[in-house]
Amino acid sequence: MSSADFQPKIVGFLCNWCSYAGADLAGTSRTKYEPSIRIIRVMCSGRVDPTFVLEAFNRGADGVCVIGCHFGDCHYLEGNYKAARRMELLKNMLKQFGIEEGRFRFDMASASEGDRFAQIVNEMTEEVKKLGPYVKYEGAIS
Amino acid sequence: MAKLKVAGYWASSCGGCEIATLEIGANIVKLAELADIVFWPCIVDGKYKDVEAMTDGEIDLCLFNGAIQNEENEHQAKVLRAKSKVMVAYGSCSYEGCIPGLANVANQEQIFDRVFVSCPSVDNPDKVIPQTSYQAPEGELTLPKIYDTVRPLAAVIDVDYFVPGCPPTGEQTWAVLEAVVTGNLPAKGSIVGAGTRALCDECKRNKEEKKVKKFYRTHQIMPDPDRCLLEQGLLCAGLATREGCGALCPAAGMPCTGCYGPPDGVVDQGAKFMSAVASIVDSNDPAEIAVILDDIKDPIGTFYRYSLPSSILRRVQIK
Repeated sequence: MSSADFQPKIVGFLCNWCSYAGADLAGTSRTKYEPSIRIIRVMCSGRVDPTFVLEAFNRGADGVCVIGCHFGDCHYLEGNYKAARRMELLKNMLKQFGIEEGRFRFDMASASEGDRFAQIVNEMTEEVKKLGPYVKYEGAIS
Repeated sequence: MAKLKVAGYWASSCGGCEIATLEIGANIVKLAELADIVFWPCIVDGKYKDVEAMTDGEIDLCLFNGAIQNEENEHQAKVLRAKSKVMVAYGSCSYEGCIPGLANVANQEQIFDRVFVSCPSVDNPDKVIPQTSYQAPEGELTLPKIYDTVRPLAAVIDVDYFVPGCPPTGEQTWAVLEAVVTGNLPAKGSIVGAGTRALCDECKRNKEEKKVKKFYRTHQIMPDPDRCLLEQGLLCAGLATREGCGALCPAAGMPCTGCYGPPDGVVDQGAKFMSAVASIVDSNDPAEIAVILDDIKDPIGTFYRYSLPSSILRRVQIK
């Protein structure tokens, strides 16, 4: 596959109350954005266990994003603060794992920000396209 | 009753598991009455060819410690699997990779370069590195090939039971030996001699509220003797680690480093440990959160100290 044809697979964990509704708004408003994202709805970005992100990469995602509510907007008051802390440390750890920074993103979008959601997807798709497919390295084991 | 045949082996490991088997104490006399040790490089004299000459299933129990990092480790694992009725991954290295598994942050080429060439205390101007084969005047000398990725035992052979720990405690070791002697074997694939919950459940320290403004390394503070170590900012892996050791390290004032592996229901110990640590950071300001978490300089070595080869990502990506 030439790099020009490469259409990344991006797994997006979106919270039920803000970002998922934002993605919904992007859809109902007929906002055009890259067809790269596979959305998984979770009740809160605070529900996103770092295990999910690692598993997404392990199962072939080229990029993973976690999108929650803006600070102060969390339906559960502080779920997105917890997510912000976890994703910050996860980001440091992924860097050490040799996974490029552009492949992982934690961001925020409210229910009224369909455009912002589309922008996040487009920006991320662009970056992951530059990086190319995520290829798992194993080296010689025999 | 005929005497049982017991074997042991060390692959990529430190030798501590062998010493730990002696922690069965006076039971060692009982073991000698019940079983013959037919092969165990560290403990009795034996040759690889003697094991290869045995019939399949001749050995009743094999306690295999060490991860699979080279050709020889893999070959011996396969031979001993064929010759043994019960194969036990004994200790953290064979169960999940352990300290040798941290080699997965690099590959064979990088490791050789570091150890034999670029390490500041090494003087090797000709850049001589080990070869798998060398023609000496007396004949060919060989060394087993080192792999790029370290794997736990179960990634190369079928394993019957797992005994976690770095090293396993004496009671656990005896529990396995006793199970084989009495024929009272648990379900295949079981983790033997440890509990199912997190270590915090058996740790006696007082747990209050977990909110941390700064993380410390063990040499930086004198922890309160009674309070939870994680609450004091020490990176204690108890909440992502299987119980069973009796919380020996926290009782001695040292944080748990996670050698018993993940508790039941946890796939990736490092991810859970990391998640728990991050969520107790006492700040809602992204900039401050980044500063607090920046004190954790080596996330893989901290969160995956024993489980990198059996984690979801298994190793660091190298281009």
